[in-house]
Amino acid sequence: MSFIAKPKITHPGLPRNEIGLTVRDYEGSMSTLCAGCGHDSVSSAIMQAYFELSIEPHRVAKVSGIGCSSKTPTYFLGGAHGFNSVHGRMPSIATGANAANRELQYIGVSGDGDSLSIGLGQFAHAIRRNVNMIYMLENNGVYGLTKGQFSASADKGSKAKKGAANAYSPIDPVLLAISLGCTFVARSFSGDKDQLVPLIKSAISHSGFALLDVISPCVTFNDHEGSTKSYAHTREHMRETVFADYIGAHEEILTRVEPGEARQVTMHDGSRVSFRHVDESYDPTDRIAAISYIEKHRAEGAVVTGLLYVEESSEDMHSTLGSAPQAMSDIPYQKLNPGADALKKIQSRWK
Amino acid sequence: MKSTNPLDPDHYHRVVDCQWGCPAHTDVPKYIRQIAQGDFTAAYLENRKSNVFPGVLGRVCDRPCEPACRRGRLDESPVAICRLKRVAADLSDDIRDKLPPKGPANGKRIACVGAGCASLTVANDLLPLGYDITIFEKHDKPGGLMRTNIPSFRLPEEVLDNEIDLIVERGVDLRLNSPIDSMQTLLDEGYDAVFVGTGAPRGKDLNLPGRHDTDRIHIGIDWLESVAFDHIDTIGENVLIIGVGNTAMDCCRSSLRLGGKNVSVIARKPRGWFKASDWELEDAEEENVDILINHSPKAFIVEDGVLKGMTFDKLHYDISDTGELSRPEVIEEIFLPCDDVILAIGQENSFPWIERDLGMSFDEWDTPTVDKVTHAAEIPGVFFGGDSAFGPKNIIWAVEHGHQAAISIHKHCSGEDVSDRPPTAMNLLSTKMGIHEWSYSNDFDDAERRQMQHVELTQRFKDIRIEVELGFDAEQTAREVERCLNCDVQTVFAESLCIECDACMDVCPVYCLTITEDAEEDVLRQQLRAPADNKEQVLYVSGALPQTGKVMVKDENLCIHCGLCAERCPTGAWDMRKSQLLVPYANDEAAEARKKTA
Ligand SMILES: Cc1cc2nc3c(=O)[nH]c(=O)nc-3n(C[C@H](O)[C@H](O)[C@H](O)COP(=O)(O)OP(=O)(O)OC[C@H]3O[C@@H](n4cnc5c(N)ncnc54)[C@H](O)[C@@H]3O)c2cc1C
Ligand SMILES: Cc1ncc(C[n+]2csc(CCOP(=O)(O)OP(=O)(O)O)c2C)c(N)n1
Ligand code: SF4
Ligand code: SF4
Ligand code: SF4
Ligand SMILES: [Mg+2]
Repeated sequence: MSFIAKPKITHPGLPRNEIGLTVRDYEGSMSTLCAGCGHDSVSSAIMQAYFELSIEPHRVAKVSGIGCSSKTPTYFLGGAHGFNSVHGRMPSIATGANAANRELQYIGVSGDGDSLSIGLGQFAHAIRRNVNMIYMLENNGVYGLTKGQFSASADKGSKAKKGAANAYSPIDPVLLAISLGCTFVARSFSGDKDQLVPLIKSAISHSGFALLDVISPCVTFNDHEGSTKSYAHTREHMRETVFADYIGAHEEILTRVEPGEARQVTMHDGSRVSFRHVDESYDPTDRIAAISYIEKHRAEGAVVTGLLYVEESSEDMHSTLGSAPQAMSDIPYQKLNPGADALKKIQSRWK
Repeated sequence: MKSTNPLDPDHYHRVVDCQWGCPAHTDVPKYIRQIAQGDFTAAYLENRKSNVFPGVLGRVCDRPCEPACRRGRLDESPVAICRLKRVAADLSDDIRDKLPPKGPANGKRIACVGAGCASLTVANDLLPLGYDITIFEKHDKPGGLMRTNIPSFRLPEEVLDNEIDLIVERGVDLRLNSPIDSMQTLLDEGYDAVFVGTGAPRGKDLNLPGRHDTDRIHIGIDWLESVAFDHIDTIGENVLIIGVGNTAMDCCRSSLRLGGKNVSVIARKPRGWFKASDWELEDAEEENVDILINHSPKAFIVEDGVLKGMTFDKLHYDISDTGELSRPEVIEEIFLPCDDVILAIGQENSFPWIERDLGMSFDEWDTPTVDKVTHAAEIPGVFFGGDSAFGPKNIIWAVEHGHQAAISIHKHCSGEDVSDRPPTAMNLLSTKMGIHEWSYSNDFDDAERRQMQHVELTQRFKDIRIEVELGFDAEQTAREVERCLNCDVQTVFAESLCIECDACMDVCPVYCLTITEDAEEDVLRQQLRAPADNKEQVLYVSGALPQTGKVMVKDENLCIHCGLCAERCPTGAWDMRKSQLLVPYANDEAAEARKKTA
């Protein structure tokens, strides 16, 4: 951990976004993670995405569980709201916060341990409820914070730092999420911001639960030879299937695309995601096809990345519940809490 | 683009903006750290090695290092490099016993003409090698313009005397009141080499009507000289100074100390086109000197032998969008009354004592043909330096010329080829002390530049010898040293170690670093995380990185040398290494010899 804070001084030519901020206004405090941790790189991609979307930091709420990954909300968007919950419980906190104030933008940050072991049930139900949030699963195949035990995402046969092989089959969060009905599922790599930043922007614009499974190497416990979540292994086996360009609601499409070559999905807020098919045979709106494609490549040892599945007509939690259209804090207290008599009246209906 | 060769000493030298900007390549960050540690004597000696007159230059240097300083590109005001130099000089112990003594006689005799800073530097460098050095000076005191033209309220005599003594007392044969009036005669005396350091001694005149009808029109540099030698100690109440360069600033401020009450400096052009340094202008304006712009002198008005004033054309200029001045348009004629006029419109070379049949050629400004690198004239064994070589510059350039001429003289006297210059080398030494500890202060201090305190206006005019600047106090010094960004602590990259985790790129507060596909320089400069628009500063470009074949590019322009890239790198691919430029001097050999015998 560095003894000095990152100096406030910066490049005078740094670009400003529509609300006059530079990307440095999206920073948090100095990271205390190991130098070179993939999670820090994901934090930078998150800052870049919110900066590019000109979102005011105080309109964002960050929630997380426990783990190195779950520590990172401290390191970005210092001006945002935040809640660091107990291990694996971030989805409940996010659900509750979102129920109370639907006007904030929610970003959950979790790890493969936090989401796929202790928090697997919570993870599944937040997807099932289609909570409107982006869910960053920073996936390094180990419990980094507790010194590198295999997690549930570690591949069978993958080697621990001291050589022991993992005996269990992995849980693939992408396949799990698609099968649970998740409406936005992407996989990326902390070492590829060109891919990651537009994916995060697309996820933010998506209405409903957006999962980003980001391979994020643990330099200290899982970056050796024999690991299948190292920088080198991921670079070698990564297979970009669809490249998603994010195009804001008022932006022109700058990249020249031949008709028929690019498919577009219009997001809830009018922005669009345009796919550049790297693999012609892939259709990111066909759920069954997506599952079999990912399964097939997984069997071959390839890590399929990109925006793998998206369904934009989704209903989020609030529309399913028919809840009030505004944040609870904006509802007058009298209306929000009509008092003991009103409660009695309601209860009397079931007498 | 081509990957960078960090072994080329120029690459890291250019990163040290101040040192690159200093004609004598003074190791500024090193001496600033020595001051920070309270080792003023070491800081003084570090300065003296390259600039020979730290006490003088800590007050009056033209300071090309300051506009070059990187700090000025980040928060507008550069580090007060010059002020810190003065701190080192003011607080240094006596260093007499730390200077190399005159070396055992080598039997060679050198003549230097003029005892200005250029000649004194030549003597300083050649003494330890055992040369027999004679300096001929026409005045009764050494120092050249440092004594005769720079007024003592900017440069006290004791400071100058002390630094000249440090050279002369080690065994120079200084002959005062000894003008050289014939080069031929001097050459006939059989010296092994002759160095000409006679300056640019002629002030330009302004031949307008009335110029010769009065004795109250003075040539600036001659007038300052008479003031310095106490031949003049009064002036009229109303004074006009023509010209707005540094000489004009010294003339107007000196006038105020000799009885001038209404002193105006007259400029032909608008502000922004003045020749004087900003700080000299500020100091003059603080003393209530009026600066009148867009006035073109027309005539001196003299009635019955008495100077009444001057007439001027008041001019109007248009300034184009690109900042160019149009041709002036005359709006009206103006008369300004005055008792004295001082002409400060420039200086020229003049060599009445060099016969024109010796094989030397001179251009239309009477500057001789002199080699820019070796300082050799067209007669073998004759060298020029300082203002006499290429026209008026400043002290630090004259000193650098002196160093180069000394190298040439030593080569000439040793029978070597003078154009075969000794190489400049560079050392790199890691500053790593612990995981995140460095042997320099790497945190960025956001302090603003400290302001120099001045003697009260009511006090300073009492005597021309009262030094106006008080120097930095302890608090000011302690803050100012921390403003230095330690640009000599270089980010050194080992591409074979990089795993492309992006940590360094992400942590860099000024967005210096980018991992990207290689491209031509112009394209590359625009595809970095922040545009690299300052082409004065180099890009560092690595070879292909092991995992993706991309390259690591560093824009050296704004790096604050915080070391965070090296702290966040998991593999130690970045290291913070102090670069030490090894500048060659004529007397290096003498130092080597002394080491062997010690
Ligand atoms: C008014 C004024 C203010 C200045 N202020 C600054 C300043 O603040 N900072 C700065 O860096 N520079 C300043 N300069 C410029 C600086 O003083 C000169 O660039 C520098 O002194 C040049 O040094 P030099 O050794 O080449 O020559 P000089 O300093 O000119 O020395 C030449 C010497 O040679 C002697 N000499 C000349 N002819 C003969 C001869 N035939 N025989 C014997 N001796 C002879 C002269 O008497 C003189 O002593 C200023 C100049 C002027 C005019
Ligand atoms: C209830 C509970 N059980 C166990 C732990 C111990 N623990 C802390 S972090 C962690 C795993 C974190 O792994 P992951 O979510 O992958 O985060 P990483 O550190 O790898 O980013 C565990 C098991 C805990 N803090 N709380
Ligand atoms: S232990 Fe691993 S996951 Fe945790 S900070 Fe270090 S590198 Fe990152
Ligand atoms: S030392 Fe490194 S992190 Fe600091 S400014 Fe320079 S390149 Fe950036
Ligand atoms: S921190 Fe080190 S390993 Fe990571 S990208 Fe930078 S130089 Fe490479
Ligand atoms: Mg983990």
